[in-house]
Formats: sequence, C-alpha cells, structure tokens
Amino acid sequence: MSSAPELTTTRYMHAINAGMADVLEHDPTAVVMGIDVGVGGGIFTVTKGLAERFGTDRVIDTPISEMGYVGAAVGAAMTGLRPIVEIMFMDFLGVCLDPIMNQAAKLRYMTAGALEIPIVFRTQTGSGKSAGAQHSQSLEAMVAHIPGLKVVLPGTVTDAKDLLVQAAADPNPVVYVENRRLYSMKGTLDDDPLPLGQARVAVRGDDVTVVTWGQMVRECVAAAEASSASIEVIDLRSLVPLDMATVLESASRTGRLLVVHEAVQDFGAGAEIAARGAEELFDLLRVPVRRIGAPSVPMPFTPTLEQVLMPQGEAVARTAEAMVAEG
Amino acid sequence: MTHTTTTDPSEAAAAPAAAPLLDLHGTVALIRAFETAVSALYRDGEIPGFVHTSLGQEGVAAGVAAALRPDDYLATTHRGHGHVLAKGADVDAMMAELFGKVTGLGRGKGGSMHVADPRIGILGANAIVGAGIPLIVGAALSSKLLKQDRVAVAFFGEGAVNQGSFHEAVNLAAIWDLPAIFLCENNLYAEFTDSSTMTRVGSVAERTIGGYGVHAVTVDGNDAAAVHAATTEAVDRCRRGEGPVLIEAMTYRWHGHYEGDGQPYKTEEEATRWRDRDPLVVLGARIVAEGLATREELDAVERAADERIEQAVAAARAADLPAGEEAYEHVFGA
Repeated sequence: MSSAPELTTTRYMHAINAGMADVLEHDPTAVVMGIDVGVGGGIFTVTKGLAERFGTDRVIDTPISEMGYVGAAVGAAMTGLRPIVEIMFMDFLGVCLDPIMNQAAKLRYMTAGALEIPIVFRTQTGSGKSAGAQHSQSLEAMVAHIPGLKVVLPGTVTDAKDLLVQAAADPNPVVYVENRRLYSMKGTLDDDPLPLGQARVAVRGDDVTVVTWGQMVRECVAAAEASSASIEVIDLRSLVPLDMATVLESASRTGRLLVVHEAVQDFGAGAEIAARGAEELFDLLRVPVRRIGAPSVPMPFTPTLEQVLMPQGEAVARTAEAMVAEG
Repeated sequence: MTHTTTTDPSEAAAAPAAAPLLDLHGTVALIRAFETAVSALYRDGEIPGFVHTSLGQEGVAAGVAAALRPDDYLATTHRGHGHVLAKGADVDAMMAELFGKVTGLGRGKGGSMHVADPRIGILGANAIVGAGIPLIVGAALSSKLLKQDRVAVAFFGEGAVNQGSFHEAVNLAAIWDLPAIFLCENNLYAEFTDSSTMTRVGSVAERTIGGYGVHAVTVDGNDAAAVHAATTEAVDRCRRGEGPVLIEAMTYRWHGHYEGDGQPYKTEEEATRWRDRDPLVVLGARIVAEGLATREELDAVERAADERIEQAVAAARAADLPAGEEAYEHVFGA
C-alpha cells in the first residue's frame, strides 16, 4: 500500500483483498478458508495473491462442502483461530446454514460466554448480472433475523476494507456481505474508519431521509444528485448492530423516511426500519414511511426481465419527489 | 470388505499399558448414577425440557475420556451427559445446568443438550444431529495450525452417519491429515428407527474406510477397557500426525430416544440380551477376576457415586434460578 499522505485510491474488490491481507499480516491466528480462495485466487479474484503471500496453510482451499468447511471454520474459531470463511454466493447459505445459525450464533449464549466465536462469514450477492435465481439473492434479512450474528454490508470502497478488518477483530460471528456489482468501483480508503455499528450520512439533505446499504448506496447517492428533492442518504453499513439513532435524527429533521434495498421488499430489513421509524416518529413524520425493494419474485435470468424487478435509483428519486409533493 | 480391524477385548487385556480398570469403573459408576437420577428427576418434573440419557452406553464415554489429556477437545451430541462427565466436567455444575439454575455450566441457558466447558476442551453437547462433527474438525485444524499437539474427538451416533455433515467433515479431516477422532456410538437405533433399514452398508467403519480412506476400527462399546485401548491407539496415531481415525463402538441404548419414549420399536429379547452385557457388570467382573478389587469394594465405589450424585441433586435444588435480566446477557461479546 502507498504511504503517501493523500488518500489511497483503489477498487472495492482490491480493498477487500487489502483488508484480508491486513488481517493475515497482523494476526497470526487469522486464516482464510473457502472454495478456490487459495491457489486459484477466488472466482472473482478477490483473494488473489493471498495464498502466495501467506501460504496455503493460512489461505486454505476447501472441497465443495459448505456445511463441512463452514462448520470446521466455526470449530476453529472456538479453539484459537480467527477464520475469514468464504461462502461463494450468498444463496449458498442454503447448504451451510446450520453452523452459522445453530452453532456460531448460539454457542456463546448457551454457554453463558464460555465459548467465544470470532469468525467472519464472507459472502457476496447482487442481481443484475444474469446470474439466475440461485446466484442473485440478497438474504441479509434472513441472517439479521438470527440473534447472535452481526451483519455488515459495505457499500463503499473504504468500508469494503474497514468493515472487513473490524469484523475480523470482533469477538463475535459477523456476516460480511459484498456486492459483486461494486467490485470494480473506484474510491478512496479513509485514514480514520468509522466504527462497525455506526451509520454514515453519505449525502446531506433536508426533504427526505433515504436509508439504504450495499449496492443501493451508490444508486441512492446518484438519485440524490439527480432529484429535485433534497435527499439525505444514510448508508447503514450494518444491519446488526442497527444504528437507528442516526436514522431517527435525520428523519425527525426531514419528516420523511424512505427505505431502499436490493433485496425483496416483503419481510425485508426495510420493514423493520420502517416499523421502528413509524413507532418512534409517528408525530414527526409528514407522510407515511415508504419502502423500495425488489418484488417477491425469484430473479429471472434474461437481462430485460431482471431489469424489470431490480430497484433503480430513478425510482428512489421519483418516490422522494412524490413524498415531498404529498406533504 | 475386510479392512475393518476389530479390537479384541482380550488383546486389550494383554496390552502392556494396562487399562486403568478401576478408574474406568469409577467413571462408569458415576455416569450410571447421574443418568439414573436424571431419568427419575425428569419423570418427576424437576428437570424441564428434553432429556436423553446414555444408560447402557457409559463404557464408551469412560473408555474414550480416559485416553485423552485435559486439553484435548471433545464435542458431543444430545446424548452427551456421559461424555462430558467423563471428560471431567464438574458434577454439580452439570446437574445444576439440567435444572436450569444459575450455578449451571451455562448459567441455565444451555440445558441438557448444551452442556459445555471449554476450559477442559469440552466444546459442548449439541442438539443438531451431526453438527458437532465439523466443529471438531475445526478444533483439530486449530490444533494442527497452532502446533498444539491436541487431539479432537467428535462423538456421534450411527444415525448421524446419514447426515451430510459427517461425510463432509470426515473428508476434510482426511485431506488435511487432522488429529481428529470420529467416535461413533453405534447403539443400533437412530432415534426410533432401526439403523440397519436406513443404509445398505451396516458397518460405519467400512463406510469410512471405503469412502474416505480413513483408518477405522470397530470395538465392543460395552467393554470400557477395549474402548480405552482403541482410543489410546487412535490418539497416538493422531499425535504422530498420521491423520484421523474413526472408532465405531457397538453399544445399546437402554432407555428411549428421549426420556418417556416407550420404545415400541424394540424387542424384549434384544433389550435383555444387551442388558446382560451391562458395561458396569462387564467391567466389574473383569476387575474381580483379575484380583484388582473385591466385589464389596466395587459396591462401595458405586454407592459413593450414588451419594455424590445425591449431593449434586441437593445442591441443584437449593441453587437459585438466574435473575430475569440474565436473559439478555451473553448474546454478543464486547
């Protein structure tokens, strides 16, 4: 990494790689595990070079056995290692949920703190690449619903690194969700990272508070620039912990709350934030809380149909303007 | 399929590193007393939740644990009281946990199926069939990468061998040459179901050798000394870096899958045949025959075990329930 005084410019995927390299360099108990993460450098090249630099004992290729190796990573986390274990697509949670949901999330509690499980479940999601219904799901609400898991979703280049480093240092299981449509995005690395659990106000505005995370941060920032409404964009950065204080402060000022996510809208994380906003700010909101998410439909393969379902920045701008017009 | 090596109990008897027979007897007696008491306490409504006892299988727990160091790892199943006691968990804290009291191993938050004590390598009982097996592979990975010379043992039943987690975990341990021991207690029944009807290959050892190239042995699980000998050999292989071992210990569950299960799926003839091979009786007869102790001395040990458990029950009854605010503690560490 450059030691120049100006901020380092890099890409989202390289920031993730740099975060892992940082962790591996500073913590001899850290390991990276997953399918193709070692010699092959990862199917999106996100772990490229790590095996050469840190050895295949610490950047460990696994068989295509998610239940086995994710479970082993959880066991390793109980016994002195600090694994960053990759689940190649978030959809594959379906084949390894037990070690995450029933083991990592529960064992600290059930042993009254005797077992500590410092582990990062690294995964990625994202529609818009014709990956089909089994490779496109944003399932953050599913993991956020399970007590005992932290859930972080970097939407910026610096968070791609900072949240990974912080997740690896956390004594708890953390699900770290990348969005592959951001992999090539350029940005700078902050010298003074925000702590895990604190939301970031990405754009200041006066009319509408837009709460979002992950890939939709970029869309919402663009919408704020394009819209006639003055939009304040809050990048939550993590769903667990959930920084409602920042959301409530903003929405109490703007009087309008709009929650935007790429995941399907029904029973999504937006419903939780909308409910809390309504509960806390009933008297202060000028219009009802609104949500934008994907319809509750499996993501189709062909690009034209995919575009029909994917939430877009354009809809964010129009909805914000409609909310202003409404009251 | 003749790869399976059977550990003959008579060979174990002749082994120079003589099994600590009196220690094994003491452990089997303690587990027997614990499980007998728990069964009655559950029937009487003093212990909440679900309870699965290991009556009849105590020889496996005692034999395995006696071959381990205090810092070796162990993970077990919903039927794990015996393994955890044998590994050295505090009897009072165990009993208190089953009562849901604040003095329990998990301050009443885990219960019967989640007793754990990581200070002595016990990563916990587990209520998901087969889930402890990958965890133990991870513990063995830690031991290897951190150069700790610790062995990790996963207890599971033959029912768990039809879970994918078993197959994935055994393969991982094999390809990484991990110091893991897969300890299958084959008690012939997967919950209510005759296990022989759920696989074409009845021998877990054969499935393991043929499927994964992992060294596997079958042993008489009701002979604690034979289990001890087989486990000692497996531990030695692991510490020498020769990779994982599977031990299939043939045994029998006296009670139902859970306490209260009337076991209509078993025959009286089968149950009687296995009860005649009670691990406590098998061990006692051998000790007396070898002149290591008299029957009266063994009776005194068994009475002392009963008394120890009575003390633990009294202490658990007297202990406090956790305060309400404890419900919110230990979700996350700071």
